Amino acid sequence: MKISFPIMGNSYLAFKQLVKDIGHEPIVAPLPTARTMSLGTMYAPEFACIPFKIMLGTYLEAIEKGAEVIVASGGHGPCRAGYYGVLHQKIIQDLGYDTKIIVFDSIAKTYKEFISKLKWLLKTGQTSWWQFLKAFRPAWAKLKALDEIEILSYHVRPYEINTGETTRVYRKCLQLMDEPITPSDIKEAGEVCVQMLRNIPQDKSRKPLKIGIIGEIYVLIEPFANLDIQATLGEMGVYTERAMHLFHWIKENTKLSRHEKKVIKLAQPYLRQMIGGHGINSIGETVMFAERGFDGVIQLAPFSCIPEIVAKGILPQVSHDQEISVMTIFLDEMMGKAGMQTRLEAFVDLLLQRREHRLAEAL
Amino acid sequence: MKKAYLGVDVGSVSTNLVVTDEKGEILENIYTRTVGQPVKVVQNGLRVLGSKLGTDIEIMGVGVTGSARNLSSVLVGADVVKNEITAHAVAVSQLVPGAQTIIEIGGQDSKIIIVRDGVVTDFAMNTVCAAGTGSFLDQQAARLNIPIEQFGELALKSDNPVRIAGRCAVFAESDMVHKQQLGHSVEDIIAGLCEALVRNYLNNVGKGKEILAPVVFQGGVAANVGIKAAFEKTLNTEVIIPKYYDVMGAVGCCYLAMKATQNKPTKFKGWGAAEFNFRPTSFECQGCPNLCEVIQIYENDVVIARWGDRCGKWSNASLTTEVG
Repeated sequence: MKISFPIMGNSYLAFKQLVKDIGHEPIVAPLPTARTMSLGTMYAPEFACIPFKIMLGTYLEAIEKGAEVIVASGGHGPCRAGYYGVLHQKIIQDLGYDTKIIVFDSIAKTYKEFISKLKWLLKTGQTSWWQFLKAFRPAWAKLKALDEIEILSYHVRPYEINTGETTRVYRKCLQLMDEPITPSDIKEAGEVCVQMLRNIPQDKSRKPLKIGIIGEIYVLIEPFANLDIQATLGEMGVYTERAMHLFHWIKENTKLSRHEKKVIKLAQPYLRQMIGGHGINSIGETVMFAERGFDGVIQLAPFSCIPEIVAKGILPQVSHDQEISVMTIFLDEMMGKAGMQTRLEAFVDLLLQRREHRLAEAL
Repeated sequence: MKKAYLGVDVGSVSTNLVVTDEKGEILENIYTRTVGQPVKVVQNGLRVLGSKLGTDIEIMGVGVTGSARNLSSVLVGADVVKNEITAHAVAVSQLVPGAQTIIEIGGQDSKIIIVRDGVVTDFAMNTVCAAGTGSFLDQQAARLNIPIEQFGELALKSDNPVRIAGRCAVFAESDMVHKQQLGHSVEDIIAGLCEALVRNYLNNVGKGKEILAPVVFQGGVAANVGIKAAFEKTLNTEVIIPKYYDVMGAVGCCYLAMKATQNKPTKFKGWGAAEFNFRPTSFECQGCPNLCEVIQIYENDVVIARWGDRCGKWSNASLTTEVG
């Protein structure tokens, strides 16, 4: 069958491989562009959030390329995203397509359904459980390598001497990572990419500001949705780390990592309840970034996202107690790059001033 | 010749130019309307300043800000290109030392800047809504056939301001029409509008911010004494309007330029730039479905800048690259 999936950052390279390895034909939708956004906004309810709209646009573009099945992940607690799969399916049906959407929710919470959906995918692909386990390893390795490469690009960019070079090298890395199939080849390609990024001429005497990026998972991970905020900040000379990468997120949801537990514990003094999405994470991650000595935190939230709105209401107190500056950016299809640029520049100026002031006080 | 610095702030509604001497004293300031033609208006400003001051002073540094800062930067040759928030905060730190809150309402944006111990600690800008900014007031004044300059004074004549829904410009207008048809006086309606806009500003832009005195109010809308009075009433504190309230962004740019050119020669193109033939053109890049609209600025038939592309293909390209 022709199977497609949402585009979230660079993960499509790993999913493409996984789909192929379990006996189906992967359909990779084009990376989101203005066209994706117009398709999504045209057919989505106006008050749906931006992840919903971009994903719908992506699905429609995948259907244009012949996708028969779309595999997606579900929501997290009381957040609208839990219903998005159902709604996407209905909209696609109304438009006259018979493409099927299969949503995988957290395996820990929906074990039975998870397995039966997986079974169906394997059966139709004529893949045994043994073959699936074998296919899982390289895809997992690729996802991990892609995350590592992306993270390294954010570490290198603020030091680059020729503005834009990291972005160029990173694009080459993605091309390189598309080819290898076996775990050992993937590892090798990953190492080559890491070396390519390290070889970028850098001025290590710079002391970049450190900004943590927190918020809703989709707008964090997909650069089209956040107007490429991390690369933009990087080219302004800022070192960024974001609270979530897909590899880590899958680890959380398969209970392989304890990071989220720590984050939720740190949020305790401010919020003791799951409020859906990654609202509680936004609080805990801010505390964590403050404890790690970051200069500031930027919260990215889809316009009208309830979990992030609740978190935003709490963040001024966190910011005050932890002495870390926080800025919230709401994203929707109206957001222009100019408005974002102005706010980022002002925030960076604020952090630089604050740092100078603190240094002067310390001396 | 006296050493001086030039600041240029090109916003949606007004274009401001300021010249200071090296001590930061303001020698000359110009406030004009942008009228949708930033290139022409900046050049006019240069021409006026050049003929007034040209022979007495030497420009040592130039700073630009405002939503057209990239454009004005290539027109005049700027040493520093800054966002409006920093520019405004810098101006206040020099002209109103000790201020803790800055309210700035311009043509189409409004901001709040929180300052503690001379350092900006927080800020916010209006996001999706321009209700309560200068353009809306302009429009309402025109509808009521009142010169905008008298708008605020009329508001002060009101004894009984009516309640106007200020949440949204569209609703505010229909509410005003409704009140006017019921028979309320123009003064009461205008005063009500001022209060509604202040409420809207504090709920939107000022939400969650600790507003401490001294409060400074600047930007074009600060000329409106009705809004000033409404702020004082709501915040229950005196609101300071600096002498150069309407050109503070440009003033800040002068100070920033001073700092940026301490050991460097200026990139200022000279007053003669007023006579250069600047021509902005645009084209749609067909490289991908984003179809970015790329802007090119020509100076006497040579491309001097490009921007507007999402991926950096054109803005990072060498300027001699042919566009195809």
